[in-house]
Amino acid sequence: MNALPSDTRRFRAEREAEWRRLEHIVAVAEKGSVKALSDEDLLALPVLYRGALSSLSVARETSLDLELITYLEGLCTRAYFFVYGVRTTAGRRIRTFLARDWPDAVRGLWRETLAALLLTLTGVLAGYALVTSDPAWYDALMPEGMAQGRDFRASREALLSTLYGGTGQEGLSFFATYLFTHNSQLSMLCFALGFAFGVPTAMLLVYNGTTLGAILALFAARGLGLEMGGWLFIHGTTEFFAIILSGAAGIRIGWSVVFPDDGESRLDSAARAGRSAALVMGGVVAMLLTAGLLEGFGRQLVTSDLARYAIGAAMLALWLTYFYRPRPAR
Amino acid sequence: MAEQAAAARRFIHGRHRTLVTPEGVDLQLNLADAGQRLGAFLLDLMIMAGALVLVTIAALLLIAAIGAQGMEIGGIVWLLGFFLLRNFYFIVMEMSPRAATFGKRAVGLRVVARSGDRLTADRVIARNLMREIEFYLPLSFLAFNAAEDTGGAWTALAGFLWTLIFLLFPLFNKDRLRIGDLLAGTWVVQVPRRRLSVDSLNAAGPGPHHAFTEAQLDVYGIYELQTLEQVLRDDNPEAIASVAATIRNKIGAPDEGWDRDFLVAYYDAMRARMERGLLFGKRREDKFDRG
Repeated sequence: MNALPSDTRRFRAEREAEWRRLEHIVAVAEKGSVKALSDEDLLALPVLYRGALSSLSVARETSLDLELITYLEGLCTRAYFFVYGVRTTAGRRIRTFLARDWPDAVRGLWRETLAALLLTLTGVLAGYALVTSDPAWYDALMPEGMAQGRDFRASREALLSTLYGGTGQEGLSFFATYLFTHNSQLSMLCFALGFAFGVPTAMLLVYNGTTLGAILALFAARGLGLEMGGWLFIHGTTEFFAIILSGAAGIRIGWSVVFPDDGESRLDSAARAGRSAALVMGGVVAMLLTAGLLEGFGRQLVTSDLARYAIGAAMLALWLTYFYRPRPAR
Repeated sequence: MAEQAAAARRFIHGRHRTLVTPEGVDLQLNLADAGQRLGAFLLDLMIMAGALVLVTIAALLLIAAIGAQGMEIGGIVWLLGFFLLRNFYFIVMEMSPRAATFGKRAVGLRVVARSGDRLTADRVIARNLMREIEFYLPLSFLAFNAAEDTGGAWTALAGFLWTLIFLLFPLFNKDRLRIGDLLAGTWVVQVPRRRLSVDSLNAAGPGPHHAFTEAQLDVYGIYELQTLEQVLRDDNPEAIASVAATIRNKIGAPDEGWDRDFLVAYYDAMRARMERGLLFGKRREDKFDRG
């Protein structure tokens, strides 16, 4: 019996040119340059893609050429992701994120946000009460690097100067950058730790609150409570809001792992929570950037207590209306 | 041998995941295995480390060029560069049309939504922010311990265990999910770029004419046919010689030399016969398949 050129060989020879054209189009598109494709190619793409899919179906049934089948599988997969992928521009994606997706996701987390707020407030009260009752607590609660000489050994004048003296013009932007990156890292940790049933996230939130309570207690003890409030408020409304949101995102994840909705597997529940929480996190980084700028520049340049309170309150009002104002249903 | 071959096929089959396109064709994605994932990750780490070195050099050059005032700008460049690399290298790369970092591209992988939907930004962010506890936290913990030398054996052990749990997590589920994949509803699949080489595996020269009886062609199944195809495409003389000897022995053909030509002729004849069989609904998976 002779080895005749089988039908599948002809099948391949007839279609190979189309496959190679599709391969070329997809390769150009994958480099991110859809614009580099001619109109002709773009019009041909769906036809070529469906042709390749039907070739794959035929090849699977009739051909034993392993190379051909794996080639077609790879080609069809790449084409599939391009044909059915998103082709919106980055600009439009950011616009829908800001207009819809982010505030929607934040509103969806309102219960967790309240819980995170309560946890932070508990921390603040505990920190304040502990330090007021015994100043020795201050050193225990406050990390060395964060205190930067602000402790009970410092005089009233020294403390006062930290509120208004700032670090001078020099080093302002470096300071802002440092604060931004540090806080962002903390908030991402808050999110990720939510996976451990939310417990470490809750602990981080409480801890974050205690340091705030401790430093408030220190300045209140020296009669500088109001001034300290302004120093914190100008950026704090944005910063603490952002950290509370990231904590809320973490709590949502932990909650969904422990208590999945009825009729939903733990895995699906976690995946759904992870996605909405991640949306929130995308915006939290932007909030922390704002907070870093307010803290690094705004606070050093604005030294009036009233102006500081006004800016902080305006920022808070801005965030609250942006997230929670009633919107027409989609 | 039989069990081994069957196990190997089951293993390959176990990594198939169905993805049915709207046209109704199953693309049969292959999940990436742990080695590929690790390789891609190590490549990415090296790329990030290299980029960090470049950022550091840039910052130092700035300081050297501008002097004391450059200190601040250099510091900002470095801090931001480090921050962006650490947090956004993976996210930005995976949001691109190829849905893969440089490391994943090199290994031939991409990230796909488990549901078959398109891969959206929220999934990419979720799967990569989890690296914070999977990788960065234990790393900074270990670095801190080493630097301070205060932790002692127990905290070091706890950190090590933590790392181990997350590192080995993909090995303990059949979908090879990281914690990040689990939370984002994604998985990582193989999309190797395959070349389509010349179809006909041509004989090299005018060797003896090979003819086979039907009984000789019915010895093997599809699995063996495709293994033979691999051997012929790899074109390794030693492998070809040993495979030719094995097949001759099995089908009782005389050794006339021209190993490769013999194998090509046998492959062609066997494939033609089996493909004709396919048209009549006869599909023999391997040599043990007596159906």
